[in-house]
Amino acid sequence: MHELGIAASILDCVRAEAGRHPGSHISKVGIRLGELSGVDADALHFGFECLVKDTDLEPLVLDIEALPRVQRCTQCSHEFRMTQYDPQCPSCGDFMTQCVSGDQLDIAYMEVDE
Amino acid sequence: MNRVEVEKKVLNENQLLAEELRDRYRRHGIFCANLISAPGSGKTLLLERTLERLGTMRLAVLTGDLQTENDATRLARFGFPVKQIITGGTCHLDAKMIGKHLDGWDLAKLDLLIVENVGNLVCPSSYDLGEDCKIVLLSTTEGEDKPLKYPSIFAKAGLMLLTKIDLLPYVPFDAELARENARRVHPQIDIIDVSSTTGAGLDLWLDWLQRRVQSKAAQHVL
Repeated sequence: MHELGIAASILDCVRAEAGRHPGSHISKVGIRLGELSGVDADALHFGFECLVKDTDLEPLVLDIEALPRVQRCTQCSHEFRMTQYDPQCPSCGDFMTQCVSGDQLDIAYMEVDE
Repeated sequence: MNRVEVEKKVLNENQLLAEELRDRYRRHGIFCANLISAPGSGKTLLLERTLERLGTMRLAVLTGDLQTENDATRLARFGFPVKQIITGGTCHLDAKMIGKHLDGWDLAKLDLLIVENVGNLVCPSSYDLGEDCKIVLLSTTEGEDKPLKYPSIFAKAGLMLLTKIDLLPYVPFDAELARENARRVHPQIDIIDVSSTTGAGLDLWLDWLQRRVQSKAAQHVL
């Protein structure tokens, strides 16, 4: 629902980075998207394409790396990928596990054509 | 072609502003709670019941909506500083809006800041407002599986308030299943059942809140 604003924030970063490379063109921006980020990848692609179309940013590709939710067991420190909302530690069986990864909404890299 | 590693948060600007807010709250010993729920889960009524029982607390409220000053008008009746944030269509509050609306308030005179977010279970979960705790409301007229459908906010909230429990005899809502679903998404989440209509559970909620306000104020003294 707010993916257009997220796409606009990504493009702000692209423009800022472009300013550091005068005379070149940024052709690709890579982001990391955790499954708890609250951002839908399809909607983000759609918003991104709408904002890029017919601007000086074209051609610009959005590369999304989807990251899973990872839990850490507070008893045995085992880390595991959480699936089907099952918080139980597969190693020791404890239920009090904590989310340690999965809410990423980060820009990882950009590709600059010199 | 040259690959540049950027390593930056997409919402970096919001994050920086949120950290500034967090620092201001820490310096003044203010506990900030960010209330989030779907539209109609009972945030404003719960706040009315909360404010009328917190007569002596030094608190202020920021309330967000797409349009109208209605909520601020409802909440201002209790004599605390209240400001409405009208987003004009934006589906969440961000740190910049909070900072702007804190202008004119003397934070040294506050111990508690309650932010009532825009009614929405999705987008507010992405925006850090510098709060100490996100509080999510789930009402008995919604589905028990909401924590599973909207895991992001339930995973990030420190407390779930199960609201409208006075309606349990009349609605096909399995409260235990709702609590179980919330704990599946977030095993450490606190859960309190409340009814703003009958007052059930309000003492527990106010106790939860007051303990956190006192603890934050105590850190400030140290």
